[in-house]
Amino acid sequence: MTINLEHYLILSVILFCFGIYGIITRKNAVMVLMGLELVLNSANINFVAFSRFGGLNIEGHVAAIFVIILAAAEAAVALAIILNIYQNYKHINVDEISNLKE
Amino acid sequence: MSLIDIAFYFFAILIIASAYIVVTSKNIMYSAFALLFTFFGVAGIYVLLNADFLAITQIVIYIGGILVLIIFGVMLTNRITGVDIKTGTMSKFQIWMTAILCVIAAIGLILIFTQTNWNTALSPTKASTIEDIGTLLLTDYLIGFEIASVLLLIAIIGAALIARRKTN
Repeated sequence: MTINLEHYLILSVILFCFGIYGIITRKNAVMVLMGLELVLNSANINFVAFSRFGGLNIEGHVAAIFVIILAAAEAAVALAIILNIYQNYKHINVDEISNLKE
Repeated sequence: MSLIDIAFYFFAILIIASAYIVVTSKNIMYSAFALLFTFFGVAGIYVLLNADFLAITQIVIYIGGILVLIIFGVMLTNRITGVDIKTGTMSKFQIWMTAILCVIAAIGLILIFTQTNWNTALSPTKASTIEDIGTLLLTDYLIGFEIASVLLLIAIIGAALIARRKTN
């Protein structure tokens, strides 16, 4: 049995569901960010798998590069916000942070 | 089994096992280090899919950039000297409900992916994809490329502005 498109799609589904599970169950904001990175990686696997097997040629790679760029920008801004929240609340549990302004 | 099958299953097991550790480990530092292996596994999958440039980009940006940033975030927001490095979770009932929901979503997606009759056409393999990606980025995707550069600039300025300590 050779490896084909479905194998990569199933791998990305498993990674996606782990990411969603991490985002929902964890309280720590940094852990939520890690779950988000798993979800973005699973989407990227799909893009590259379709560009290899789905006749999308090289354009899927370009889409995956844009996803990586957005992930980098998002991680930087999210961590800055998390640091700011930590200075105000002394913790980063996302379920207890309910004020926009002190 | 050919060598490429063995390589695929190796990377798949590496990704799934380390992703499991990422989302279930009680110690947030273990999660951050398990994330390293997930990113490496995804880079290996890219190599198997003939995406050499993306594999390098994955290692440079995700492992060299985002993961270091996340570890910095962990260290700056946990009292290392105290015992408070563990990350809290929800009640047992909520965790089980979430797990069941995720399994149902996974089964549904796998059914969709395996039942669909995908239009598969194997792309021609090339020695390197870098030249094609560069040509595409500066022709068809030029606007996206420029917007991405502006976005990164805005993200740098915004992150520095937000994270700065307020000094009056």
